[in-house]
Amino acid sequence: MAYSEKVIEHYENPRNVGTLDKNDHGVGTGLVGAPACGDVMRLQIKVGDDGIIQDAKFKTFGCGSAIASSSLATEWLKGKTVDQAETIKNSMIAEELHLPPVKIHCSVLAEDAIKSAIADFRAKQAARAKVEETDAAPVKQAAE
Amino acid sequence: MKGKENVALRLPIYMDYHATTPVDPRVVETMLPYFNEKFGNAASRSHSFGWTAEEAVGIARERVASFIGARNPKEIVFTSGATESDNLALKGVAEFYKDKGNHIITTVIEHKAVLDTCKRLEKEGCEVTYLNVDAQGRVSPDDVRNAITDKTILVSVMLANNEVGTVQPIAEIGKITREKGVLFHTDAVQGLGKVPFDVESMNVDLVSITAHKMYGPKGVGALYVRRSKPRVRLTAQMDGGGHEFGMRSGTLNVPGIVGFGRAAEIMKNEGVDESKKILALRERLRAGLWKNLDSIQLNGSLESRLPGNLNVSFAFVEGEALLMAIKEVAVSSGSACTSASLEPSYVLHAMGIGDDLAHSSIRFGLGRFTTEEEVDFVTELVTAKVIKLRDMSPLYEMFKEGIDLNSVQWAAH
Repeated sequence: MAYSEKVIEHYENPRNVGTLDKNDHGVGTGLVGAPACGDVMRLQIKVGDDGIIQDAKFKTFGCGSAIASSSLATEWLKGKTVDQAETIKNSMIAEELHLPPVKIHCSVLAEDAIKSAIADFRAKQAARAKVEETDAAPVKQAAE
Repeated sequence: MKGKENVALRLPIYMDYHATTPVDPRVVETMLPYFNEKFGNAASRSHSFGWTAEEAVGIARERVASFIGARNPKEIVFTSGATESDNLALKGVAEFYKDKGNHIITTVIEHKAVLDTCKRLEKEGCEVTYLNVDAQGRVSPDDVRNAITDKTILVSVMLANNEVGTVQPIAEIGKITREKGVLFHTDAVQGLGKVPFDVESMNVDLVSITAHKMYGPKGVGALYVRRSKPRVRLTAQMDGGGHEFGMRSGTLNVPGIVGFGRAAEIMKNEGVDESKKILALRERLRAGLWKNLDSIQLNGSLESRLPGNLNVSFAFVEGEALLMAIKEVAVSSGSACTSASLEPSYVLHAMGIGDDLAHSSIRFGLGRFTTEEEVDFVTELVTAKVIKLRDMSPLYEMFKEGIDLNSVQWAAH
């Protein structure tokens, strides 16, 4: 199979390979795919208090196109707000990397990974807000 | 590596000898006059051009026959290659013997040329039993025996598997088929010249052979069709001028056949020594990889294995990504991503190897022109790239953290 230059470039020089602390409250982690299907992507975002994605990291088990798709995704995520990040579509990744039809699923997986990381981040924020609420409640009671 | 700096290593390195082999220069030399100087049609009976070609084909026929232990050169039917030979053997027998029976026995790890031919025959009323293999990829002769019914006309089991190199117990199966009076076909392309093979002592009745897997040209092969004890009959699948004893019409590919004959002769003379040399190189590769890397698995049997085959799963690394990383080396992978079907290897699947490890498998195929320098280069390159890809693999990180990957709820897609 012939790969596009962009796929090869990302594959040979992958951006943002690594791991963020998944227990950090500002970090959202998405783990998608399955080993039996031949690709697993883990994509992580670290969101600042201003709601902007400060950092993004990935690790991918998969073919060159899957690695390139996740590498590109992390590049695009940085500096975006979470809402902006949510608008990244698989078609944009496929187009940027010139993925052939048989490799479209790699870009779909990257979109899934972004969505999953955002969902994890939001769930953490919601859980935290809840904890703050319950923490705050006795204080409120005390004040009464 | 000291002292080896001067050895010129030519890139890319070819380690895919199961797919095809380069034509031996000695074979090319033998073929050349038959393109323009001695270009006659072997079927032309009225002039010397035809006689010369016919004589050359006759010599090649004798060489191929002698190579597989056939007593009579007329038992060699030249074809376009092993796919055609497999088709002719299975369809030809099924059609000719349809009044005797309609049952064929084969294995789940055969080449597609056999499996898809069986699928076609099933549509046409044949019944086919597909025998399973064990974890090493070996067929049990007892399973063959137990599958034979009074309707069985043919058993087809490959000599050696093209993916994992497992060598099948052909002699034992041949004993059973002979005893039961059932014809026995073997697709021998991967094993000929590499492991012992002889149609007489192994009681084989039909053998598919191709030239391009044994340093001959592409587009030429043969089907051995036994002529006595028992005499095997076939219905021709290609109609025309009645060439090849009426079993395969079509003007003979004289240069190809001449090259095939020469390749068979060389293999007959040198195959045993060559295989020892190739086995030593294969073992050097295996030892190197196993010394350098953890979590790697040999697929197939170590004992009953083609000398030039090494099929390895590098866990936590996807096969196609690894191929891309070692682009200076020509190998192949059982990963779905490298096949048109997007399904991982059916051979590894049949051996009970999980899809995850099938996706991580690489087949190294060593052959006549493989050198020690190449093996050492490949060992180092593969090691470095597997380490690099594992650093990028979430699975390897999870494995190192002690997470059981089988316990994870994966979202299949």
